[in-house]
Amino acid sequence: MPKSDNFGKGSSLVSTSMPETVQLFVTCVIDAVFPQVGRDVVEELERNGARVDFPQNQTCCGQPAYNAGHRTEATDVLIHNLEVLDRTDGPIVIPSGSCSDFILHHGPRLAADRPGKAELAERVADRVREFTSFVVEKRAGQAEGPAPPAGTDEGERTRAFYHPSCHALRGLGLRKEGEALLESVDSVERVDLESAEECCGFGGLFALEMPEISTEIMNTKLDRLEAAQVQMLVGADAACLIHLEGGLRRRNNPMQVLHIASVLAKGRAEAENGGSGS
Amino acid sequence: MSQPVTFRRRAVEEMSTSKPAAVDRAARRFTGKRQWAVDDFAAMEETRDRGRQIRLHTLANLHHYLGQFADSVERAGGQVLWAADAGEANQMIGRLVGKKEGSLVIKSKSMVTEELELLHYLEDQGHTVVETDLGEFIVQIAEDHPSHIIAPVMHLTRQDVGELFHEQLDLPYTDDPPTLTQMARRHLRRYFLTADVGISGVNMGIAETGSIVTITNEGNGWLTTAAPRMHIAVMGMERLVPTFEDAATIVEILARSATGQRLSVYTNFVTGPRRAQDPDGPDEFVVVIVDNGRSKVLASEASEILACIRCGACLNVCPVFREVGGHAYGQVYPGPVGAVLAPGLSDFKEWVDLPYASSLCGACREVCPVRIDIPKLLVTQRERATKENDPFRWMGPGLALYRQIGKRPALWKTAIAAAGVAGRFRKGEWFHRLPFHTKGWTDSRDFPAPASQSFRQWWKENRGGT
Repeated sequence: MPKSDNFGKGSSLVSTSMPETVQLFVTCVIDAVFPQVGRDVVEELERNGARVDFPQNQTCCGQPAYNAGHRTEATDVLIHNLEVLDRTDGPIVIPSGSCSDFILHHGPRLAADRPGKAELAERVADRVREFTSFVVEKRAGQAEGPAPPAGTDEGERTRAFYHPSCHALRGLGLRKEGEALLESVDSVERVDLESAEECCGFGGLFALEMPEISTEIMNTKLDRLEAAQVQMLVGADAACLIHLEGGLRRRNNPMQVLHIASVLAKGRAEAENGGSGS
Repeated sequence: MSQPVTFRRRAVEEMSTSKPAAVDRAARRFTGKRQWAVDDFAAMEETRDRGRQIRLHTLANLHHYLGQFADSVERAGGQVLWAADAGEANQMIGRLVGKKEGSLVIKSKSMVTEELELLHYLEDQGHTVVETDLGEFIVQIAEDHPSHIIAPVMHLTRQDVGELFHEQLDLPYTDDPPTLTQMARRHLRRYFLTADVGISGVNMGIAETGSIVTITNEGNGWLTTAAPRMHIAVMGMERLVPTFEDAATIVEILARSATGQRLSVYTNFVTGPRRAQDPDGPDEFVVVIVDNGRSKVLASEASEILACIRCGACLNVCPVFREVGGHAYGQVYPGPVGAVLAPGLSDFKEWVDLPYASSLCGACREVCPVRIDIPKLLVTQRERATKENDPFRWMGPGLALYRQIGKRPALWKTAIAAAGVAGRFRKGEWFHRLPFHTKGWTDSRDFPAPASQSFRQWWKENRGGT
């Protein structure tokens, strides 16, 4: 596994600061279903001066089994991944509030079930960084701010809502970060929603255990999105987005559903093509 | 043992009625008021911390405080009875009431007496029992059950109540809440004046003084505890605080969290029976302390749920509760707190599906005045459920497989690659129908096909595969 000290002293001649190596824990959903989101995450991290590594023995954080009450299964999978991540250096960036919250807040407790693993979980948890908060921090630290707005007309902007998923919001205290990133994209206009902080009804395996209730909660959210004439639904948790997009498709609603990393990539592409590309 | 999926079945049934709409409206109103009250109180967060400390300290030393409380009640001239379960509690209360044949009993609101089904027990003994809390009175004449721990008829609209009063009390129909309230007042007043026994619940028992605290918004609680010759206070055994000052701390957070009031209209402190110099009050004051499963919960990994002060805030913010209403839970305590507590109090194996009545969104944890980590406790109860009588046994093999490949990266990579091959034939498509137990997803939602090239494959091919 390459370490962050791969750059020799000579590199300071070409770069004023040594790029920080970040480890990407991409999440199982993005890996298998939405690989483009993973590529967009890599690009965003690199744009912010990071060197990205992807520890290839990673699998899943263990949360699905934990939420279903299968603690042994969850802990086995969790510990495998903690060990994989522990063999690396630098911040561990996770493009999901839910997986980040799980490793940060449940990891140490679950790992403590196994002799000698509590410290491993603490070490890894200390390095975990949720994607939107990491990017906001990196951008703030940059000498130059984001590219100046290309001047899209108000009327041409896409009405976009940032869904602050429950575990990012209530587990990690994040919402403004994702909203700020969305607002940094010139071609979108961020709109708010009534009761924006309410759950979308996904809840992991809850969606299969209690499908009718999950659906009713989702419908409450989708009704509000439609009432607010939202054209683009943005979030930082791919799993919630699958659930919501799945429901929108069933309604034949053409609303775009995008991970925040993909919206940022879209914004960059538009800026490079000289303005809004909608 | 069979796999009970009863919560889901009941929920589907409830969702087809008009109840959830009424619940959703009322719950949101409560949530809005709570937010106002929290914003209004600068010391809310510290007071929550303090409240949590008080409750956890009490639970950790419950044996001591129960002894102190009983001594204090007796010192104040009252009597204490200990009931191990509902049957014992009912018999004890029945004996107290039954000193006189065909007694008239008035009740103020109490969740623990709902647990005991005390009303029906006393009626079967030949007594007349009248619920005097407006909500509970409506529940009684409708032969219904409460659907919320502080708002028993949250599932009814004012039109429902108007029709009920018209049919059951032979009163002219109106759906004007003040008029309905006046009607209930007039109906109930005569019972207050002639009742033999008053039965109340207990919001808090104060160990140092032996006082009981009842918190209400109607004068009925006051009349119930003071007018009849005998007052029986029925208390769950965990409802104690050590001192008067501690009770004041809980009062600060309880009303704000429950109804969004700074203080409820009536916060009554009752210490012992009437003393010589008192103008009124009962001649006999009896506290019945009820276990009824609480010891089991206290000894379990979910014991923290006993710190609950019964404000109902977790119900009001819960997206599941708001969609299904309180009756779907099939238990006295609904919502997030009920989903943890009720299975612990009753036969756990029969109620294993209740802890799954949550998306684990965390809204309940955010509003709990004593900061109980309800989502964590829900998962604790799910862990117990999978061991004792897994309600979702069909997930077992899938999760066992997940465990095996989740810790073996070579197998995981193979599985992802295999999914990718399937995805090649379904590029960018979304499935409309999934099989067997996953069909529940596609009954209302499409599901995306896996990508033909996973992220890890892309990485290996383009970033040199470290």
